[in-house]
Amino acid sequence: MLRPALLAAALAAAFPVHADPQLDALRAELQELKSAYETRIQALEERLKATEANAGTAQIRTVEYREPAAARPADPTRSNAFNPAISLILQGQYAHLEDRDERGITGFFPAGGHAHGGVERGFSVGGSELVISANIDPTFRGHLIAVLADDAVEIEEAWFQTTRLGQGLAIKGGRFRSGLGYQNEQHPHAWDFATNNLVYDALFGEGYGNDGLQLKWVAPTELFVELGAEAGRGANFPGTDRNTNGAGSYALFGHLGGDVGASHSWRGGLSYLAAKASEREGELEDINDLHAETLFSGKSKIWVADFVWKWAPNGNASEQNFKFATEYFRRSERGSLECTDNTQDGGACDVLDGDTEDAYHSRQSGFYAQGVYQFMPRWRTGYRYDRLDSGSVDFGANSANLPVTDYSPTRHSLMLDYSPSEFSRLRLQVSKDKSMADVSENQWFVQYIHSLGAHGAHRF
Amino acid sequence: MKRLLVLLILWLPVYAHAAFNVFACEPEWAALAKEIGGGDVKVYSATTAMQDPHRIEARPSLIAQMRRANLVVCTGADLEVGWLPVLLQNANNAAVQPGRPGYFEAARFVPLMEKPGRLDRADGDVHAAGNPHLHTDPRNILRVAEALTARLAELDPANAAAHRARGQVFAARWQAAIARWETRGAPLKNLPVAVQHKSFSYLLAWLGLREVAILEPRPGVEPSVSHLARVATQLQETPAQMVLRAVYQSSRPADWLASRTGIPALALPYTVGGNDRAQDLFGLFDDTLDQLLKAAH
Repeated sequence: MLRPALLAAALAAAFPVHADPQLDALRAELQELKSAYETRIQALEERLKATEANAGTAQIRTVEYREPAAARPADPTRSNAFNPAISLILQGQYAHLEDRDERGITGFFPAGGHAHGGVERGFSVGGSELVISANIDPTFRGHLIAVLADDAVEIEEAWFQTTRLGQGLAIKGGRFRSGLGYQNEQHPHAWDFATNNLVYDALFGEGYGNDGLQLKWVAPTELFVELGAEAGRGANFPGTDRNTNGAGSYALFGHLGGDVGASHSWRGGLSYLAAKASEREGELEDINDLHAETLFSGKSKIWVADFVWKWAPNGNASEQNFKFATEYFRRSERGSLECTDNTQDGGACDVLDGDTEDAYHSRQSGFYAQGVYQFMPRWRTGYRYDRLDSGSVDFGANSANLPVTDYSPTRHSLMLDYSPSEFSRLRLQVSKDKSMADVSENQWFVQYIHSLGAHGAHRF
Repeated sequence: MKRLLVLLILWLPVYAHAAFNVFACEPEWAALAKEIGGGDVKVYSATTAMQDPHRIEARPSLIAQMRRANLVVCTGADLEVGWLPVLLQNANNAAVQPGRPGYFEAARFVPLMEKPGRLDRADGDVHAAGNPHLHTDPRNILRVAEALTARLAELDPANAAAHRARGQVFAARWQAAIARWETRGAPLKNLPVAVQHKSFSYLLAWLGLREVAILEPRPGVEPSVSHLARVATQLQETPAQMVLRAVYQSSRPADWLASRTGIPALALPYTVGGNDRAQDLFGLFDDTLDQLLKAAH
């Protein structure tokens, strides 16, 4: 409050005593300003004293306070008046890896590339994620997640959802992450580890996204019951884009959840995904250990069971807490597989022989299990074990060209992370990766994840 | 399967209308809803006094309860910003969406203190609308009670008269209690205190206590030992009579400071259920006053 007066005084003092008339005039002006402020401050002080005296006598009679509703700021849940809630995720890492031409999971078709980029050696910046969301009107809510990478902007999610359908129902439409499993709806910044687990890696690359519609119902019961159904384009692995009307993939999922006492909570679920593939590209090593390209056409069916259990003393997670999560999948693919001719390189797939396209049937499974423990505020440590089972693969006539493996890819990961606040996280991770046959690799990661803007959501 | 489905469909509407369900984000609003709603409402509290209302996860059980709610009563002012929006989005309950009568925010009926002059995450856990711990001033509870009475009467017209009657009885009892607490709390005026988090700004303003130090370097950021040492030095120049924390907050910083400076550390119940005596709103303030007066001597 005194600052203008002080400033005036300081300025006045700064001027030399024997200045020219112009400066005198300035000084007079400043003096005037100073006295004007002083009178205003005096008046304010008097008013303050009077208010204090009044408050003393008023005591309880303060209930009449009521700001007109229109003058109140917007609901915090509506985030930012009419502006959508915007947040930007910055992530990057240093990875210490062995030099490999190709990375894959032995016995599993690669689930396709992604704008987040594979794991690069050394320093790298992951995709920066831009999240924009708001209520569109009383009926709809909108949400966009775009990933900004070096040479592309990828729309990961862009959907609307109904907000007042009633009866516990909601419809989501657009591009969205499927509600199947547990981790599927989480984007990489929300993962508990620097790298994806082998289950999601093998099934979807990162997570299963789709262009389509989702219907979800929450039961009005004390036990959390959620049922959902989805139909969509099905362009992503394990399906492919097909030039047809109608839906290429369907998903069904159900989740149950609840609390056990004040300290424990859980959620479990079962999901089913069916997707159609048409000439889905894949890569394998053929029977001569040479690169072979395959085309799969048929149906892929996936079952996922998920379970999450969390503990926090008295439900207060800020000091200590523990989280256990596991997911198990079974996938069956049936259709036909074509091995494109690679005889030029000395490969085994010889189209002239006429038996490079034949029936294909596989049944594979896998799981991951992880535990993350916050042992003191801001510090967490976690361990994850991933294991896949190559299962039974029947190449039909292609058995002559393509080998069947009984290798079980595994990976151990140990991480330590530090979160100075809810908006920042630094992580150190070491993994023993045996996802490729005959390779046991120690991998090191140092990672940062920062979030700017709107407050993040505390999802379960 | 078919029989099960028919059973489910027959049973659902009955179940949904069985009771007027109130979902309270914090125990103080659960207690208030019980005072006003009495036996006509079924109240669920999403949090307990042992939990930090800033840091709750949108657990499945909370989504299920929000799905059943006829009325959601929360503090607002960004206190629940991390989890309430997630619950609202996932519970698919149209009646309790913001803007609908089923959504009630206490902060809308109370003048908030400590509105930040600038909004920057470098300042820690900043609440743009002001300090959300408004229930620690009983006069604010009276303001919210009046608004909540009107809201319950509006949403539950069959029991409107009963809600209003209970609301009036509560207001009268509460005003008498405020007068009693203010008389008892008179000796606390101008007493210098240190607080761990700015949880008690409204309480201190009401009783006229002076907050001379805050243990947290910035809101929501746990103090380091070096920071606490600086606070201890600061307290040598401007001494405090006691260090206040809410029971859900870590006891380490306040206890460390207490052992270093000899200033007594108090674990105030902060909300209903915070200790054995704070089993309702009256007990909450009785116990808080007792603890403060005891430490002031």
